[in-house]
Amino acid sequence: MKNKYSIYSLIKNAFSHHENWQRAWRDPEPKKEYDTIIIGGGGHGLATAYYLAKKHNIKNIAVVEKGWIGGGNTGRNTTIIRSNYLWDASAGLYDHALKIWEGLSQELNYNIMFSQRGVMNLAHNLQDVRDLKRRTHANRLNGIDAVWLNTEEVKKFCPIINTSSNIRYPVLGGTLQKRAGTARHDAVAWGYARAADTMGVDIIQNCEVKGIKRNGDQVEGIETTKGYIKSKKIGVVAAGHSSVIANMAGIRLPLESKPLQALVSEPVKPIIDTVVMSNAVHAYVSQSDKGELVIGAGTDAYISYTQKGSHDVAEGTLKAILELYPIFSRMKMLRQWGGIVDICPDASPIISKTNIKGLYFNCGWGTGGFKATPGSGDLFAYTIANDEPHKLNAAFNLNRFVSGDLVDEHGAAAVAH
Amino acid sequence: MFLINCPYCGERDQTEFSCGGEAHLERPKQPTELSDDQWAEYLFMRKNIKGIQYERWNHTHGCRKWFNIVRDTSNDKIHAVYKIGEKPPVKI
Repeated sequence: MKNKYSIYSLIKNAFSHHENWQRAWRDPEPKKEYDTIIIGGGGHGLATAYYLAKKHNIKNIAVVEKGWIGGGNTGRNTTIIRSNYLWDASAGLYDHALKIWEGLSQELNYNIMFSQRGVMNLAHNLQDVRDLKRRTHANRLNGIDAVWLNTEEVKKFCPIINTSSNIRYPVLGGTLQKRAGTARHDAVAWGYARAADTMGVDIIQNCEVKGIKRNGDQVEGIETTKGYIKSKKIGVVAAGHSSVIANMAGIRLPLESKPLQALVSEPVKPIIDTVVMSNAVHAYVSQSDKGELVIGAGTDAYISYTQKGSHDVAEGTLKAILELYPIFSRMKMLRQWGGIVDICPDASPIISKTNIKGLYFNCGWGTGGFKATPGSGDLFAYTIANDEPHKLNAAFNLNRFVSGDLVDEHGAAAVAH
Repeated sequence: MFLINCPYCGERDQTEFSCGGEAHLERPKQPTELSDDQWAEYLFMRKNIKGIQYERWNHTHGCRKWFNIVRDTSNDKIHAVYKIGEKPPVKI
């Protein structure tokens, strides 16, 4: 049984110089067989295992991760959470996640530092203004808080933005979702891992999947670097490497994997207390609790599995940032990194059964998966446990690429993909 | 970010080029005969390989010609460049 984290446990452990904290999760060797195996120990995978154990009473679960948990895109994103999507299906999906985020620290007994500091999306031309106003109306019809701000209101909400009409892409207004914000990405993975481990989920790190064994149309198990593990149900949450796993199982996915990069500056005193995103110039920025500016750049325009990101893409983003925020012109960037994102043709995710019995995929989150972590895990767990999708993820099935019933969020979402 | 040896212009920076995705996807000869599954396969399904991949590129800010390259997507190393219509190299 895990000790509860609280102010008392903090004080108690202070007396022993914080050297006797209980281990947050075990490091087990894989068993021969599990009821369900989740491939991928990122936020989505760990959340899936947690909800399978908690809500669907499945106890014999393993999460296999080729590296360390949260070391992939969970630890590489810009931690932005919002639900202001245009289409009903997306609004339902992302707002489901946002509602879980709101109580997640308490539920997991782990401070994920969820901060509803608001997300503002800027408009720089008349088409942006029309699109964003339309999205605001669509959001409100779906019960999502969203308001339109004119240029003066944008300036008032975030005073450091250059709202002069003389810049190349002047700020003509913006939308604001106040319930949106950020969370500490590592803590999300660690919180879910600790809570899942408490319920008996085996989290097996440094265990790379090498093959998927099938018997006809039924999965039988996985070949890994730690040996063969049997299971009749396998959920794949491998983000940028989803196609690699799909190729092992012999199924086809509509994904392309590309590097997406982010960078942080040297830490400075509080200067921006919200998240500001701009679709047209592709720049988004927020400030971490350490004081670093957290800046998201775009994807490289070709398939690659190198977790780097090109220099020219970062340069383009920084140019846009400097035009919007001249105050940052002398700041130094400290670190830059990339993650591999799996992008669907319609820029919406896949949470779906496949043609193979017992094999499920949760992928295609592209450039915006972090915000959906709790909702994605919850709905994927439902899909695996019941062998059918929940009504909130029914639209995000793999068959939509055959039927043509796409959820086209390219440009319809608040930022370009 | 890397250099690409355009078969028409020589070695240039990758930023001059646009990637056209997986190569050797043939447009269906009888589009009206295709089932929905076959259309989905042609339009959307991709190998998305980690490793040696055959892909089309266009020299957008140069000669604007299309050609094929063989690239290792795990390290962005280019192994071969060949023109449209030519057979892909067998040995990489």
